[in-house]
Amino acid sequence: MTVGAPVLSIRNLDVDYGIGRHAVRAVRDVSLTLHRGEVLGLAGESGSGKSTLAYGMTRLLAPPGVVRGGEVIFHPPGGGEPYDVLSLSDGQLREFRWAQTSIVFQGAMNSLNPVHRVVTQMVDVLKAHEPKMTARARLDRVRELLSLVGISEDRMDSYPHQLSGGMRQRVMIAMALALEPHVVIMDEPTTALDVVMQRQILRELIDLRERLGFSVMFITHDLSLLVEFSDRIAIMYGGRIVEEAPAGALYKDSLHPYSDGLLHSFPALRGARRELSGIPGSPPDLRAMPTGCAFHPRCPMAFDPCAKRVPVLGVPMVPPGGASRPSLADVAVVPAQRGGTGSGQPRARTVACWLHETRPA
Amino acid sequence: MAASTTGLAAIGPAGTAPDVTLAESDERRRRFRFIQNPKAATGTVILGIYVIFAIIGPWIAPYDPTQRGNALVAAPSAKHWFGTTHLGQDIFSQVLVGTRGVLYVGFLAGAIATVLSVLVGVTAGYLGGLADEGMSALSNVFLVIPALPLIVIITSALPGANETLIALLIGLTSWAWGARILRAQTLSLRRRDYVEAARASGEKSWRIILFEIMPNLTAVIASGFVGTVIFAVMSEITLAFVGVSDVSEWNWGTILYWAQSQQALDQHAWWWFVPAGLAVALLGTSLALLNFGIDEFVNPRLRDSGGQKIRTVSGAVRMRVGFTPVVRPGDLRPPRGARVPAQQPVDAPAAATITFDKEGAR
Repeated sequence: MTVGAPVLSIRNLDVDYGIGRHAVRAVRDVSLTLHRGEVLGLAGESGSGKSTLAYGMTRLLAPPGVVRGGEVIFHPPGGGEPYDVLSLSDGQLREFRWAQTSIVFQGAMNSLNPVHRVVTQMVDVLKAHEPKMTARARLDRVRELLSLVGISEDRMDSYPHQLSGGMRQRVMIAMALALEPHVVIMDEPTTALDVVMQRQILRELIDLRERLGFSVMFITHDLSLLVEFSDRIAIMYGGRIVEEAPAGALYKDSLHPYSDGLLHSFPALRGARRELSGIPGSPPDLRAMPTGCAFHPRCPMAFDPCAKRVPVLGVPMVPPGGASRPSLADVAVVPAQRGGTGSGQPRARTVACWLHETRPA
Repeated sequence: MAASTTGLAAIGPAGTAPDVTLAESDERRRRFRFIQNPKAATGTVILGIYVIFAIIGPWIAPYDPTQRGNALVAAPSAKHWFGTTHLGQDIFSQVLVGTRGVLYVGFLAGAIATVLSVLVGVTAGYLGGLADEGMSALSNVFLVIPALPLIVIITSALPGANETLIALLIGLTSWAWGARILRAQTLSLRRRDYVEAARASGEKSWRIILFEIMPNLTAVIASGFVGTVIFAVMSEITLAFVGVSDVSEWNWGTILYWAQSQQALDQHAWWWFVPAGLAVALLGTSLALLNFGIDEFVNPRLRDSGGQKIRTVSGAVRMRVGFTPVVRPGDLRPPRGARVPAQQPVDAPAAATITFDKEGAR
């Protein structure tokens, strides 16, 4: 397993809500690559398009959501021919789901059916996708999965209401891993849990990732969580990705004023004290997006070109740290496990802001 | 707001003037959305025709329905569109005149039953406790009363059995089912968070019932009403058919009663019973269609989700949960009456080209 080989690459994805005159573009021209064995964090305010992106790329968006353009290329890890998820037929899509990509939904702990035992619901998945498996093998697999996420086997015969929220969440994660997918998308899977449980579950997830070698796309508005657990972070605003960087680099030295605002919205546990500023204003109305950079009405550093032209995501020319803002390098938060995070990747970091001279990625 | 106009321009710099008229037409479309549903539209049109005939039927009927003629059991002809009876009466006139009675009884009984079921059902469900017990017992009793035999007995006992009395009797005996459904629905609604919130913020009970609970019951009430109307129409026709109601008052059941008692089938006089039977069937169909339409219209979730079709160059794509359609800009077929993209300047910049596609899509 090598980090670096792309497993899922999104190219110029556009997602609309509604069709015709009332269409609202919730995701605009998003390009993003998920590499093998990597945890990619997707952060942004409510309504910035994070969840729409995740559901759009997996074609799980409920009506009136429509994918209006772009490609989502899945690279089978066995070295098979890459294919576009967006052009799969319904049948192929059914095959693809769960086996290749699984999702843990927002409030996933309520996704369990209250009248069935945990084991029944987990066996169900295996029955549907691996019909050749024997009943005993299925049960063994369920046991194995539950122990993976730290639930003892005797909880197998419980009903969902007999488990705590954290345990149900773990069951959902175990279910997501049941078919050993290559990509696991997590859409704010821990928002309903307390911080201790959040941390614990994420820790387990990261460990599992290292053992099983899947990639994770982690969506949250909790940037502090991402800084700690993910390898790379993409920041979304107004349906676009405004900055993408290795977690540590983003934390130490964010290039986009919006990322900077997000980072200054929560306190650091250790290190030098810094002022919490937050971001004034509110997210843009997708029906009436500001011209140019969507963030410019709220941006403290907005200048002439911001209102006129949309900045394009590109690799910054100025070496990071030499940019316009003071470095936060002295803050000691362990970014990610992998030492050489992001190194050797073609696009180490990109930003879409007129403050930074960029070259096309 | 300046930002909003410029923002719109960013989406479609095709000028703002046409957008205003489009918005207006859109407003109009939203107002007539109920009719846009094909089921609702069909039901409304058929029912509308019935209502018109119920009103003007007796005036436009070519003959007095009881007036005898010389042509006995005559097949349909230019003179008698639906043929004649054994007494030479014009069946077309009988059907026309009979419409009023059928609709009158149907809707009056439906209204009575609906009002009763809402009163009893919602009150019982919302109040709970002893009131609920009592009202539930009452509706259970009414549920087991055999309505039709009861009506037969009462109408034969009372001398002046007219249509209003029959409507009253049908209405008073058929509300219990609706009340049970409404009670069950109210029981589930009253524990919802928004109702609890309303109670916590001090809303009065009547206001909670009227403003928080009732709007959620609209679909159930409406379909209950339509269902009772169908039931009342059927009951009335059955009563007339078995000869219980006053045979001098014309309705479709009376026609069927005479057709049956004169053995129309043996005489091969199909025109005697087919028109009245079809009229009943068609009325039932229109009400059922209306029912479906109301269901989809009242429930915002049913209204917006699913079934929506996107017309593309290669056929229609349906929006459905779990399989988000992929519609690339070139795929969309412009709807009828859309502005022709050729209005755009030829040397449009890149940004406008994207808009161009979107405009064509609208």
